[in-house]
Amino acid sequence: MSDTAAQPREDDPDGSEEPTEREATDDAEKAVSTGADSVVAALEAAGAETAFGVQGGAIMPVYDALYTSSITHVTMAHEQGAVHAADAYGVVTGEPGLCLATSGPGATNLVTGIADADMDSDAMLALTGQVPTEFVGNDAFQETDTIGVTRPITKHNYFASGADTVGDTVGEAFELSRSGRPGPTLVDLPKDVTQDETDRTPGTATPPPGSAPDPNADPDAVEEAARAIEDAERPLCLFGGGVIKADASDAARTFARTYEIPVTTTMPGIGSFPEDEDLCLSWAGMHGTGYANMAITHTDCLIAVGTRFDDRLTGGIDTFAPEAEVVHVDIDPAEISKNVHADYPLIGDAGHVLDQLTAAVREAPDASAWRDQCAEWKETYPLTYATPEDEPLKPQFVVEAFDEATDDDTIVTTGVGQHQMWASQFWTYTEPRTWVSSHGLGTMGYGVPAAVGARVAADAMGEPERDVVCFDGDGSFLMTMQELSVAVREELDITIAVLNNEYIGMVRQWQDAFYEGRHMASDYTWMPEFDKLAEAFGALGLRVDDYDEVAPAVEEALDYDGPAVIDFHVDPEENVLPMVPSGGANGQFATAEDQL
Amino acid sequence: MSGDSSSAPDSDSRPMPGEQPAPDERPHPEGRRNLEGIRIDPVVEAEHESRRAVISALVEDEPGVLARVSGLVSRRQFNIESLTVGPTTVEGHSRITMVVEETDPGIDQIEKQMAKLKPVISVGEVAGNAVTAELVLLKVQADDPAAVHAVTEMYDGRTLDAGPRTITVQLTGDEDRIDDALDAFRQFGIIEIARTGQTALARGDTPTAPGEKPGTAGEPTTHDD
Repeated sequence: MSDTAAQPREDDPDGSEEPTEREATDDAEKAVSTGADSVVAALEAAGAETAFGVQGGAIMPVYDALYTSSITHVTMAHEQGAVHAADAYGVVTGEPGLCLATSGPGATNLVTGIADADMDSDAMLALTGQVPTEFVGNDAFQETDTIGVTRPITKHNYFASGADTVGDTVGEAFELSRSGRPGPTLVDLPKDVTQDETDRTPGTATPPPGSAPDPNADPDAVEEAARAIEDAERPLCLFGGGVIKADASDAARTFARTYEIPVTTTMPGIGSFPEDEDLCLSWAGMHGTGYANMAITHTDCLIAVGTRFDDRLTGGIDTFAPEAEVVHVDIDPAEISKNVHADYPLIGDAGHVLDQLTAAVREAPDASAWRDQCAEWKETYPLTYATPEDEPLKPQFVVEAFDEATDDDTIVTTGVGQHQMWASQFWTYTEPRTWVSSHGLGTMGYGVPAAVGARVAADAMGEPERDVVCFDGDGSFLMTMQELSVAVREELDITIAVLNNEYIGMVRQWQDAFYEGRHMASDYTWMPEFDKLAEAFGALGLRVDDYDEVAPAVEEALDYDGPAVIDFHVDPEENVLPMVPSGGANGQFATAEDQL
Repeated sequence: MSGDSSSAPDSDSRPMPGEQPAPDERPHPEGRRNLEGIRIDPVVEAEHESRRAVISALVEDEPGVLARVSGLVSRRQFNIESLTVGPTTVEGHSRITMVVEETDPGIDQIEKQMAKLKPVISVGEVAGNAVTAELVLLKVQADDPAAVHAVTEMYDGRTLDAGPRTITVQLTGDEDRIDDALDAFRQFGIIEIARTGQTALARGDTPTAPGEKPGTAGEPTTHDD
């Protein structure tokens, strides 16, 4: 370990603090270390293996301590890239993501990604440098009130108060991020705290008291819910992101298959149940499948697990599952009856409660007619698109081409917009933690850094053979494409498919539907040539304009051992359908533009 | 079926199938359906009236706890009338008393969201018969000192400052009594008011915040004797 304490400190402007010579001690147990060493020791003890970040003045002591750590650090081009990469790493591995940034602009550049993780309940720890304690509040260089800024978008944030306790604080923050309902936590690290010496070794990290709720639901409540499920004629499961976060996909599959209950998912719940099974109706909501939305509209018993009933799922609350008694399983009591009234609230861990329900239900509901009805809806409202010869390449075709060319364990990341919807609609997901996207916050630019994080995660899990495909829009790609430099530097095998329609397409679609076609600020014909840009970064760059070029390009990009970008020039006028207009009834989705 | 019997409810507590009432006879949530089978949910469809509630939270006395609570209130658009903070009998614990004007679901959300804050130890609505009090300082014009003094006496107030042009009075009591007193003082011309907002304790042995173990601290937290 380098002896930084022997050096004069750069942030000791008045020189009042004498550089102290480390005493040559033969007492190894009492080896003096710094707060930063303590931070890194706590992270290692908590099991952190990978960190994403950007260097900077106030966080330098922590980076210096990482120099000899077992934790792999991936330097990103921008702090937003670091936070999204950490988020995606967490989604893929199931462990909290870890990101680092310096004070001031470093910390504020994390904000979007922290808010994103908060909305999607992703476990993550952000460590931010801060100006030395004595300067806090004085508007020092690169000082921002990071605690104040991130307070509403973290599960909890901590201001480190001293070198002796900082390790324990970091350990607690790491554990808190994944206890109960997961979410991002942050520790703000004043530079004096990380530089100061301490002889304390952080203890075993535990989440704070009260933050790890009972995983089992009240057995009486489970029994009541089980009776309602048995009595249902039109039961429907709705699996949300909580099923995946709780690693409850197996329990969810067992429950639905045992009682032959049709399944729909939310968008974050994609992958919790195989979309190629007869029981599965894919995901519901604004751009969900027609059959999922029909099932939600007509079910008489909605078994919702790990979902917060976001408005993009429910549409108008009055018309959401209007005929259903609602069984709501959630680890967070505050979600019960927040948006949709729960007739049977079951507070607990998704996996535990699904196991409880599987055990408590005695006979499958008599729902064969309902299953037939659901199958009929699948026939009536298929996800489809037309490929007229006189129209440009359709983006949906590109998604399907990638799905066909890759294995089931392929990880898909996306930006936000039309391409995200097509990537979720026209790819058949069968496994959890293969769909990595920005749902609640809707963060354009999530895709590329998420692909970096997902690739690093898969490699860290010893699964280098898995493909990572990022579907991006031209608008989204331009927001964070600088992270391509990281993918090149780290030789990350990712394929980025830019569905380039020279529009910020979802806005263009809404302008056509709701703003009389006035394309204000949505026209993106000024985009650079992404294939050449990719080559400038040192990645493989390809351009595709026609159907017959798709398959060869997909194959070349997937075979390429490193980052590849394909600039797919797709039909600029293609719309995402079906669509439930904002606040509309799920059962009244538009299947054509003129219905909007 | 899941093989994880450890998470299944205790089989002894479950009635055997033969003991079960027929589906139609089983208890169901009331009033869920109309004749067409469409759900009528009295909870969802009810027109919730706002009401005043006193919410008491026992919190860790750590930096930023007030900002966390007030930030939550503003972020979720809860309608708050007053908020007070002060120490308790337990060192390191503070009590936050909030008066809110909210619907029942809104009050429920405030409690649940506050409970999620890490420094919040326990939180709940204080029972309707709780003891509540507020302290008010008010400065009135001193044109008729005798009358001001009389009204002050009538409301068990204290005169803190009497000058040639103004008199400053302290009043305490529950909200209604304070409001009545202010009406009475208005005749003199009220120049300035400072109100603390309501604070509250549950009556008798009932803990003010749920699960709170009322302290029997032998030593006062302040030494004013």
